Amino acid sequence: MTGQGNSGIKPKHQRLVLLVIALVALVGAGLLAAWALRSQASYFYLPSEIVAEAPAPDQGVRLGGMVEAGSIQTAEDGITVNFIVGDGEARVPVSFTGIVPALFVEGSGVVAEGRMGADGTFVADNLLAKHDENYMPRELEGMSTEEVRAQVEATLE
Amino acid sequence: MIAEFGLVALWLAAALAGLQLVAGFFGMREGGEQVAALARPAALVQALLCGLSFLALIYLFATTDLSVKLVAANSHSAKPMIFKLAGTWGNHEGSMLLWITVMALAGGLIAALERRLPERTMLATLGAQGFLALGFYAFILFTSNPFERLPLPPVEGNGLNPLLQDIGQAFHPPNLYVGYVGLSVAFSFVVGALLTRQVTPEFARVMRPWVLGAWVFLTIGITAGSYWAYYELGWGGWWFWDPVENAALMPWLAATALLHSVSVLAARDALRAWTVMLGVVAFSMSMVGTFLVRSGILTSVHAFAVDPERGSFILMLLALYIGGALVLFATRAGTVAEGERFSILSREGALVVNNVALSAILGIVLLGTLYPLLTEAFDVRVSVGPPYFNPVAAIFFLPMLVVLAIGPLLRWRGDSFARIRIPVIILAAIAVVTLLAVWLLADIDLLPLLGLALAAMVAVGSVLPLRGRSLRRLPIAVWGMVIAHLGVAVALFGMAADTAFQQERLVAASVGDVIEDGPWQVELRSVKPVAGPNWTAIEADLGLTYKGAPAGEAKPQARSFWSPPTETSEVALVTRWNGQLYAALGNQAEDGRWQLRLWWKPFVTWIWYGGLLIALGGVLSIIGRVSGDLRRRVAARKIADRKADEEALAAGAGA
Repeated sequence: MTGQGNSGIKPKHQRLVLLVIALVALVGAGLLAAWALRSQASYFYLPSEIVAEAPAPDQGVRLGGMVEAGSIQTAEDGITVNFIVGDGEARVPVSFTGIVPALFVEGSGVVAEGRMGADGTFVADNLLAKHDENYMPRELEGMSTEEVRAQVEATLE
Repeated sequence: MIAEFGLVALWLAAALAGLQLVAGFFGMREGGEQVAALARPAALVQALLCGLSFLALIYLFATTDLSVKLVAANSHSAKPMIFKLAGTWGNHEGSMLLWITVMALAGGLIAALERRLPERTMLATLGAQGFLALGFYAFILFTSNPFERLPLPPVEGNGLNPLLQDIGQAFHPPNLYVGYVGLSVAFSFVVGALLTRQVTPEFARVMRPWVLGAWVFLTIGITAGSYWAYYELGWGGWWFWDPVENAALMPWLAATALLHSVSVLAARDALRAWTVMLGVVAFSMSMVGTFLVRSGILTSVHAFAVDPERGSFILMLLALYIGGALVLFATRAGTVAEGERFSILSREGALVVNNVALSAILGIVLLGTLYPLLTEAFDVRVSVGPPYFNPVAAIFFLPMLVVLAIGPLLRWRGDSFARIRIPVIILAAIAVVTLLAVWLLADIDLLPLLGLALAAMVAVGSVLPLRGRSLRRLPIAVWGMVIAHLGVAVALFGMAADTAFQQERLVAASVGDVIEDGPWQVELRSVKPVAGPNWTAIEADLGLTYKGAPAGEAKPQARSFWSPPTETSEVALVTRWNGQLYAALGNQAEDGRWQLRLWWKPFVTWIWYGGLLIALGGVLSIIGRVSGDLRRRVAARKIADRKADEEALAAGAGA
């Protein structure tokens, strides 16, 4: 009954062998995760940061700031919106094709998920706006630029 | 009056948890017989009082007693009754009360029914359960009192977040809590077994229904939560790797590993220390989940209020319980003797692969979930999403599926490859043929391609254990395994098919326009306002044609709730056996056209059917195990009775 699988291992070492296999797999998973996190995590940028040092066009990132008043424009196709996100220091044009969240309005905070295009326009796949009075994108909390913070707080009133 | 009654009942229940702790831990020592007798009654009365306290809160919500702060903040008199009741646990305080109530009821159930383990182990288990409960009572009573009164009752309540005003919400959190609490019971058994050095197959058999039960509820909770996010958020996705979803997934992964290793321990007396360790990990993951969701460290629709005091309290409990259990494990693991040995090519060997792979996936999900919190400490903000989770988890998930298809064919203890060569060749052929066929016919990504191939392999592999066995005489627990494994294949097929073949159309349409989406033709017939009990909405009327034949209509809405003022997108779903049409209505453009988002999602519903099959497999397994235990107990009693009768007869004959 006891098959050939046993032949190479001294039985008294079985526990140790199992432990080593488990540890190797878990440490391997941990290293793999650490490596993948460094390359795949999507970094959060403020407009001034993304203008100063733009990420590679294939790198997924998040851009957070305030939707500039009077900047939202709907394109010909009726489903693409172009607007400008600013933090008081820099302004970044953003293009988004899709249904915008209900609370996406001028003068309020937004987090855009997407990529920085080579032409300086941020192409967003997804927009996160304030959900309800208890929810707002986490990245907008305690941002370093005081002005953004003040504006965000103003929209929360 | 009712609020005060509820609060008093809660304090008394907390005191009884303290008594249970003392009676359990002192009772298990030499000469502690007198206090030991108090442990079971304490657990029973605690369950009763805690249940009454929870009923009191339900009553306050049902009658909308606005003098209670929690009701005023979360309810509204104009809300439908079912959502008033569901509102009881649709907030932080109420959900914690629900948690502790489920925990108390579970403790009462063990105290009343469980008599198989040595009494000392039971006392240690009840003591550990009291210790856990006491922490949660302290948390509720000191930081989250649900019965707090307002000095001046408001005229009307705040209402419940409309995203939560949904029938799914009524059942989703209780489900997950039963799951979390079930793992806490398993944890208490582990502590009891470690303290009294009784890591035995009997301990595994006692713990198994609790692990299985917790796992079934977590499975249902995750399945329902995924469907809720799918149709309520209006984004068309069914899994976002959101930290809150991960908070439920991690305990599920640990529980899945635990229920497999507990089976090895029960059947073969192997993997003793590993099972004990997994018991600790599984409960730790429920605590981590609670911490992530309840501390306000994450912001989402699940995080009710940001309160650092609560976060640090839960973190303290987490450190205390997990740290304590790990110290206990470290000091006692050496005394847990090595169990029975097995060859690598055996059922046990396959289950070890399952356990290691699940643990690795658990680690990957945990790291990905915590990474943004870690980097934030260094003032770097990142988010981690599908580009990380999908490929990295798949590296362990896909090989595990291969073992899932083959493992159940292996015998316990040791097997030879020659015996299973033919089924293995058949399974491999199915996977390769599916892979090649799909690869030649469709241009899809690698992960969904592998998913489809492995789904076919697992589907066939899961029913192979039925081969050559009498279906009517097959134990129910084996049916459970077959159905749960088949559910994995069904869910995987749904995920891969939807990912690979979904077709999305995003358009701005005028009334009268016809939009094509895959096999569907969708006509925008009209857009008009409608009103509900506590909302108004804009509703689109879509006329549908499937492959040229009329296929009914769909009415997606953009809804505005007025208390609290919130807008939601109510998507329209048209379900066929082979998939779902998903329609969401957006905003009106300046020129009068309406934004419409349409998805044709082939076989997407199979994801949730698969989840339900997995849960059904778990239920059958519980029924099989518990009825087996009962039969064994009845048989043992009959033998004992007969022996007693024979002795009486013999004594009578002798007289």
